[in-house]
Amino acid sequence: MIENRSLGSKAFDVFNLIILISLTLLSLLPLWYTLMVALSEKEAVQAGIVSVYPIGFNLYSFDAILSDSGFFKAFWVSIQRVVLGAAFTMLVLSLAAYPLSRTSRQFPGRNLLMWAFIFCLLFNGGLIPWFITMRNYNLMDSIWGLVLSGGIPIFNMILITNFIKNLPEELEEAAKIDGAGPWRVLYQVLLPLLKPVLATVLLFTMVGHWNEFFQGMVLSTQMDSYPLQTYIQQLVVSASLENLANLSLEELDRATKLNNGSLNAAKIFVAIIPVMLIYPFLQRYFVKGITLGSVKG
Amino acid sequence: MSTNLKNENVGLKRRRIKNPDVKHYWIMLVPALIWLALFQITPMFGIVMAFQDYNAGTGFLHSEFVGFEHFQYMFELNDARVALRNTLIIAFGKIICNLFIPLIFALLLNELRQKYLVKTIQTSVYLPFFLSWVILSGIMLQIFSYNGPVNNLLEFMGFDPVLFFQKADLFRGFLIGSDVWKNFGFNAIIYLAALAGIDHTLYEAAVVDGAGRWRKVWHITLPGIRSTIALLAILSLGGILDAGFDQVYNLYNPLVYSTGDIIDTFVYRAGLQGLDFSFGTAVGLLKSVVSFILITAGYWLARKLLGYRIF
Repeated sequence: MIENRSLGSKAFDVFNLIILISLTLLSLLPLWYTLMVALSEKEAVQAGIVSVYPIGFNLYSFDAILSDSGFFKAFWVSIQRVVLGAAFTMLVLSLAAYPLSRTSRQFPGRNLLMWAFIFCLLFNGGLIPWFITMRNYNLMDSIWGLVLSGGIPIFNMILITNFIKNLPEELEEAAKIDGAGPWRVLYQVLLPLLKPVLATVLLFTMVGHWNEFFQGMVLSTQMDSYPLQTYIQQLVVSASLENLANLSLEELDRATKLNNGSLNAAKIFVAIIPVMLIYPFLQRYFVKGITLGSVKG
Repeated sequence: MSTNLKNENVGLKRRRIKNPDVKHYWIMLVPALIWLALFQITPMFGIVMAFQDYNAGTGFLHSEFVGFEHFQYMFELNDARVALRNTLIIAFGKIICNLFIPLIFALLLNELRQKYLVKTIQTSVYLPFFLSWVILSGIMLQIFSYNGPVNNLLEFMGFDPVLFFQKADLFRGFLIGSDVWKNFGFNAIIYLAALAGIDHTLYEAAVVDGAGRWRKVWHITLPGIRSTIALLAILSLGGILDAGFDQVYNLYNPLVYSTGDIIDTFVYRAGLQGLDFSFGTAVGLLKSVVSFILITAGYWLARKLLGYRIF
């Protein structure tokens, strides 16, 4: 394309590049800083002199995590939760989305069911009734409480349903003419085609379970049941927030000195690693999954 | 061919051949429906607590009914009014900023000449979206602490250090700003998809007509994604009572309750920590009902005005 580019246009390009690179750095630097704090010596962190490179490089903080059984216990709870939760969600969702993608002529009652799900998506009893229900089910301090409670993200179910509806009807008809029943249609025709949206939902489910701290907090009566995020919330975040409110500036300064900022940063960084390892690889799927599933219905 | 399910005769009295697959459809739905009954419908019965003086010993079958007493008390309670006001202000600020800042970002990214950078930029700005508020709060507590890098920078530039987490008048801006930082990249996905859907021949025609860059954005790009912007705006209004529990809970402390306490954190403190189950249920119920009405109205509007359908 021949284009006459004015000086203003070129100036804008430079300006735009600078802005976008700044935004990129703004997204990455806080995590980089956390890693640098984790790799710096305790004294440098307390003095507040760590910036974009480690001061007194060492691996003591990561070493300390390795011998922290509480951290490992919480990490293991989170791993179990992610694996069991993702398996449960994917199984139930991939089964339910297919019948719900039928028209009400093919599946009488489908619209009613859909509205029931949507009602539950938009309205719930709130925190306290949920908590009492979970307690009545005896799901306190149980991995199953964490797995089941958020078990079926209804919004994601609708996403998959819409995705199936956008597939050409002929595929299914052809399979049926060849004698395939609904189960075969689901597993051999639809599931392979649903890869982008299923990858999207899988990613969100795994990240959702990994990141969730609140249920881990209110459904646990002892530290052994904490998932990793709850463990970090209680030991790192909550403690700091309490200090902020209750201590004078001098006391706060002393508390910061006693508090091992480098170790905290290392814990935070380790908790981020699994997420950083997953999402970039699923990026092309979730971008596609989100835009296709939500645009049309 | 014989399926003797009750629901068969719900909607089709007319000449319909029974679909033999229907039986299997119901089997496929069984796990989801059981889950729905146990974890979504059953808790809704607990709503009666809002109208009772719930006694954990007797359960809600035998607790005394008190009518709307808890709701009345809520409106008289100053803390509840403060929480409502904060919720509205914070949520409104987030809605507006999360609508327009991702739009500006998407437009800038769309104009970038160095196309090879697009993927790297996107992957980077998505990162905070995938991290929890626990993690982000842990990071922010270090970055914005009294001797953290931000205050070091401020001091270097000749300003006094700021106690970011203890200043009530800064807290709402702090919440909105960090929320935008976390989400702007991800929220831009929808805009970028809409931008990619604009017909390219329009731009070529505009160039022939002598349109500059700015005129192309103004006359082609923005009109091309107008309906996407309108749709997101309408749908986001349902979130006006959602100020973001996870974020606030992980950043607030008693010094900033006056500007940072929101309905959800208030319910948690009063209901679950304070063990006033009935009162907490009542406040939560009011929020659920109002949100439900707003979201439904939003969907209805989106359907009427823009032809959007949720399914």
